[in-house]
Amino acid sequence: MNFNTKSPWILHYDGTSCNGCDIEVLACLTPLYDVERFGVINTGNPRHADILLITGSVNDQSIPVVKQLYEQMADPKVVVAVGICATSGGLFTDCYNVVGGVDKVLPVDVYVPGCAARPQAIIDGVVKALAILDEKQNAMKK
Amino acid sequence: MMLAIQIILIVVLTPLVGGLLAGFDRIISARVQGRKGPPLLQPFYDVLKLLQKENIQVNKTYKFYVYVSLLFIILTAVIMLIGGDILLAIFVLTLGAIFFVFGGYASQSPYSIIGAERELLQMMAYEPMVLITAAGLYMVSKTFFIGEIIARDVPAIVYLPAVFIGFVYILTFKLRKSPFDLSLGHHAHQELVQGISTEYSGTELAVIEITHWYETIISLVFVYIFFVTSNPISHVFAIIACIVVYLFEIILDNSTVRVKWQLALKSAWIVTGVLSIMNLMILSFFKF
Ligand code: SF4
Repeated sequence: MNFNTKSPWILHYDGTSCNGCDIEVLACLTPLYDVERFGVINTGNPRHADILLITGSVNDQSIPVVKQLYEQMADPKVVVAVGICATSGGLFTDCYNVVGGVDKVLPVDVYVPGCAARPQAIIDGVVKALAILDEKQNAMKK
Repeated sequence: MMLAIQIILIVVLTPLVGGLLAGFDRIISARVQGRKGPPLLQPFYDVLKLLQKENIQVNKTYKFYVYVSLLFIILTAVIMLIGGDILLAIFVLTLGAIFFVFGGYASQSPYSIIGAERELLQMMAYEPMVLITAAGLYMVSKTFFIGEIIARDVPAIVYLPAVFIGFVYILTFKLRKSPFDLSLGHHAHQELVQGISTEYSGTELAVIEITHWYETIISLVFVYIFFVTSNPISHVFAIIACIVVYLFEIILDNSTVRVKWQLALKSAWIVTGVLSIMNLMILSFFKF
């Protein structure tokens, strides 16, 4: 039996988001959506996290940070890209400083589109990520 | 033989009760904030998940300390619950806390070192009061053995009301609750990352969590001692007192913000010092 689906701890990193998606991520923790029902904790520490939630596209400045955060997380771990910026670069794709979506740097497991992504969509994305987390845990056991 | 069974029961049941209490705590906290909150067994899910995670090691020694810390905390729980010497229990408890601080220093992350320093400050703030509690209980019952302290006709709370209030004051440090969750609170994660536990992941983080469950129960046993007498009914009152104190701490946790260390240290010393010295003086004046 895998318990990681019952207690996913989330690390939220803001790539170059406009803060729209960040506010929606935080909205998930408020009484209306209350993701703690599913055991979700918003940790500030990559060592404790299971899910890396990234909002906003990545640029040359944030690439090393994102990579380091990912490397510091313990296996099994998944990456969720929240918002259209994080999935492809969105509106800002053509900016001279924007490299693109998070998948240019990390293996993204779940894409949550939307500008800004709605809290319902983010929770859906996290639940999808849990299934992948479960698979990864099974793969680790073998 | 009886003793062996008793010890095994204590070692197994204490964390179970502590974990349930932690789950209860999270539900109540959520309700206070107008949320539904996690299931009651959430702390156990967390720990079981952590046990399944990959083991990351940042250096050779830092993991060792949390296991030693857990060992001493278990020893404290055993000493207290079989009615042993309260002074010995306090010293072993302190030793466990010290090893935890060592763990913070040994992991060498800037965050865990700040956490360790704050933990030392907290210990400075609460440790005198713990000793005064033992001294007060000794003045009342002329013994340091918990088994004999609780076998009297009048509960200790009657003689030591102010000492009890002082002890509840520092309980906030021990239970890592706001406003005194300076070193490793669940709410401090943005400024401190996770204090001492920053570099710990997987199994060791689970051990830290279990240690905290033991510590919660140990803290409540102190409350328990204040209320128990030789009368069996008093155990019910003592348990109710423990629940009331714990509920009070949860509500306090949700209605206050973390204070600076200066205020935490000064207020702890002043409040506990004034209360307990007054109480012990009056006690020595009238009773002995
Ligand atoms: S997807 Fe929209 S709301 Fe989200 S970070 Fe990008 S621009 Fe902002």
